[in-house]
Amino acid sequence: MSMHQISITVNGQVVECEVEPRQHLGDVLRERLALRGTHLGCEHGVCGACTVLLDGDPVRSCLLLAVQADGAEVRTVEGLAEAGQLHPLQRAFRDHHALQCGFCTPGMLMTALYVVGQNPEIEDELEIREALSGNLCRCTGYQNIVDAVRDAAIEMRARVGGEG
Amino acid sequence: MKAAKFEYCAPSSLEEALEVLAADPEETSLLAGGQSLVPMLNMRLARPAVLVDLNRIPELCGVERNDGTVRIGAMTRQHAVEVDGRAGAVPLLVEAIRHIAHLPIRTRGTVGGSIAHADPHAELPATVGVLDARLLLRSRARVRSVVAEEFFVGPLMTLREPDEILEAVEIPVPSSRSGWAFREVARTHGAFALVGVATVVTLGGDGGVEQIRLGVFGVGGLPYLPDWVGELANGAQPTEALFLEIGVRVGQGLDSRSHSAQNDVYRSEVAATLTERALREATRRALEAAEA
Repeated sequence: MSMHQISITVNGQVVECEVEPRQHLGDVLRERLALRGTHLGCEHGVCGACTVLLDGDPVRSCLLLAVQADGAEVRTVEGLAEAGQLHPLQRAFRDHHALQCGFCTPGMLMTALYVVGQNPEIEDELEIREALSGNLCRCTGYQNIVDAVRDAAIEMRARVGGEG
Repeated sequence: MKAAKFEYCAPSSLEEALEVLAADPEETSLLAGGQSLVPMLNMRLARPAVLVDLNRIPELCGVERNDGTVRIGAMTRQHAVEVDGRAGAVPLLVEAIRHIAHLPIRTRGTVGGSIAHADPHAELPATVGVLDARLLLRSRARVRSVVAEEFFVGPLMTLREPDEILEAVEIPVPSSRSGWAFREVARTHGAFALVGVATVVTLGGDGGVEQIRLGVFGVGGLPYLPDWVGELANGAQPTEALFLEIGVRVGQGLDSRSHSAQNDVYRSEVAATLTERALREATRRALEAAEA
């Protein structure tokens, strides 16, 4: 079975590796690139734990063959913190106790990153819930996650405002 | 939960893809957005020898507004249609797409992929049927256009020949005297529909019904587009009694179609109620459109 040489930019770094076409991106991130922050839950697209950003869009890394990501930019939960500083979303999740076991958290964070990026003004609980509805959490009951995303959006707005 | 081995290729043109497909059509699967096929690969429900990835073929992507029609390339992402102003000429389509799973699925999932996959619980097959869309199918030898309503022949079964690729969907822009509605009941937000209804109601100059197109999904192996609606509704006044009667008849018509006896009664009742509500909403929109 033929192997395919691929080149992906993961969290800003170009990585090259050889993959079997049947390997999905989630497995390659975890097993080949040792980026184990991305969690694999259901492996059929339902739970959302494996969500990463592909060229800026949230996608299920269990439903994307790694070979399909050739030439693309991928951002994972490892790419959130900068210079040892937690990303505002990560900090808000910690402050609000928006995680317990933490299994869903990487997917939640990456989806939330996209959602807040698309709509920096997001505040409405229903809107936040709908935006995160493709990510399942079995611990928190979601309320603290919603609160964390709302607060992180406020902080991210303030940051952008402060810089401008 | 890991796919079996397959050969993979990602052609950069439709012509090249058709050529690869023609080499062994029966053992080749076409990969569109992968939001249904990849789970089937992961679970080994599908074991193709060859996977032809259509994601690197630009000519299959894009929304075009032509005279009276909106043409959507088969590989256009569902989310791209959701936010494309040109698709706004067919609001029923946009609303149906919003009901497909969740955002991170719609960023990959494609319009053509969902239609060609023909899941009986999916939104798009019934919706393109109701919209009287035409589906363009291309093989190396020919191009043909199939009426959407006739394309679906059973669960996951369509008129697409193994050597054909669905190239585009052409949807006529609904009349300015028409209104639409989309209603769905699912167990959880974003889940496949238990039952869904899509409809377009067109009113004549006298305020009577010129045409009602109605599609129900989730209730059998393929979208249910009852042909008796025309006889009942055309020329009639769009009254509550009419909506109720069509709803009741839809419910009765479904009893023989549902695949799970346990849910028959419930599904039929939900379908009847959704039909009635959808017809009322679509008629209200048609009246508003007529006034505008």
